[in-house]
Amino acid sequence: MKVPADLKYSKEHEWVKVDGNRAIVGITDFAQESLGDIVFVELPSVGDTVEVDDTFGVVESVKTASDLYVPVSGEVVEVNNEVIDSPELVNQDPYGKGWMMVVEMSDPSQLDNLMSAEEYKAMVEEGN
Amino acid sequence: MSELKRTPLYDEHLAAGAKMVEFGGWLMPVQYEGILKEHETVRSAAGLFDVSHMGEIQITGPGARELIQSIITNDVNRLTPGAALYTPMCHPTGGTVDDLLVYQLEENQYLLVVNAANIEKDYNWVKVYANEGVEVKNVSDVTCQLALQGPRAIKILQKLTSVDLNEIKHFHFVYGLVEGINCLISRTGYTGEDGFELYFPAEHARLLWRAILAAGQGEGIKPVGLGARDTLRFEACLALYGHELTDSVSPVMAGLGWTVKFNKGDFVGREALLQQKETGPSHKLVGLEMIDRGIPRQGYTISKDGQEVGWITSGTFAPSIGKNLGLGYVAAQWVAVGTELDIMVRGKALKAKIVPKPFYKREG
Repeated sequence: MKVPADLKYSKEHEWVKVDGNRAIVGITDFAQESLGDIVFVELPSVGDTVEVDDTFGVVESVKTASDLYVPVSGEVVEVNNEVIDSPELVNQDPYGKGWMMVVEMSDPSQLDNLMSAEEYKAMVEEGN
Repeated sequence: MSELKRTPLYDEHLAAGAKMVEFGGWLMPVQYEGILKEHETVRSAAGLFDVSHMGEIQITGPGARELIQSIITNDVNRLTPGAALYTPMCHPTGGTVDDLLVYQLEENQYLLVVNAANIEKDYNWVKVYANEGVEVKNVSDVTCQLALQGPRAIKILQKLTSVDLNEIKHFHFVYGLVEGINCLISRTGYTGEDGFELYFPAEHARLLWRAILAAGQGEGIKPVGLGARDTLRFEACLALYGHELTDSVSPVMAGLGWTVKFNKGDFVGREALLQQKETGPSHKLVGLEMIDRGIPRQGYTISKDGQEVGWITSGTFAPSIGKNLGLGYVAAQWVAVGTELDIMVRGKALKAKIVPKPFYKREG
């Protein structure tokens, strides 16, 4: 299980990469591995406003559908159309080509509620 | 909560890197290296499945045939020793208790192969109808079942047995030694491919599992989990109990009318099924292909012009076809191929159309 040290993590297995006032969001290596072969991704539209803990999309594996949860509130300024056409990118490269959206944060202090790589690793290992 | 049962191959699965999940009271491998790859392996080479969670009920005695005839919808008189039959077993209401295979082992000896989750239900059901002179025995715990499926299954299995596998016709079986172990070798399966199912004493499970995988080295064999078993059977439009068939769904409604033989005499459910056949079932099982982006899943509502007209029983991305497909029940007036319907996916109406079944049929 890869857990890059420079990212922040949510309980719902999203990762966040902070770039100034923007947050790039995806799902973790653990999440993609647990889901298995991902065959469908649904993402919000550019311009949508997303609120923390709401759902912003869906990933579906062969077996099941899982909601994606917003880790930080704001406006969606970019979505990764490539993963819509090639959902397997999420399995192949969850922290790279498998990214999902970029949010212009409305309240960057929400980042404090996310976990560090160490904390996330500990949570997963405890099986929570 | 009762503990989940494990097959004799549990440790082999873990060693092969399987992800284990609960299925019908059993802890079973859902996948090893990934459902899509395993699916493809079965379509193009061969896959080995541990299906020893399935139940086996032996029925023996002079009244065995009569008993089976009275509780299944298909005609057991079509069987001779060495042949197998697919059949539903129904409630008096026409709903399905289970779908199963009936093997005629000898003149007065039969084997019913039933779904894992229904073993107790079926065993008790059969016993209720058993008269004196018939012995009904649940042999599930001492029987192992492996399925070897795919175009290279025959070539691989032939390396381990002197039985001429080409001589076994579809839905027939022979007894023979495979790697020195006495097996019932059956030309049946649940993937839409050619293949074999082996039944043998559970204590030999590990030996045979390893021998088949070794024999298939170089032929592209892989162990395959229940995840791909489901996508394979789904593409072939083979019913899965709990999805297409349930206690409240009849075989007539499920498009399995060919397994209901009204002219064989009385059997449990006959009256209800006959009435359904004459008036036509309210809903029919159809194949659906998504037009909009989305995947239909079990339980999703199907609607037409805003009115609810049915429900999805199974659905997924179909790996061999590359489309998002579903099976579902639709009110009888809307079942023509080409009809456009809406599937309610997370509150949104997504367009789909009815397409012919099965989705996948192997060539030749």
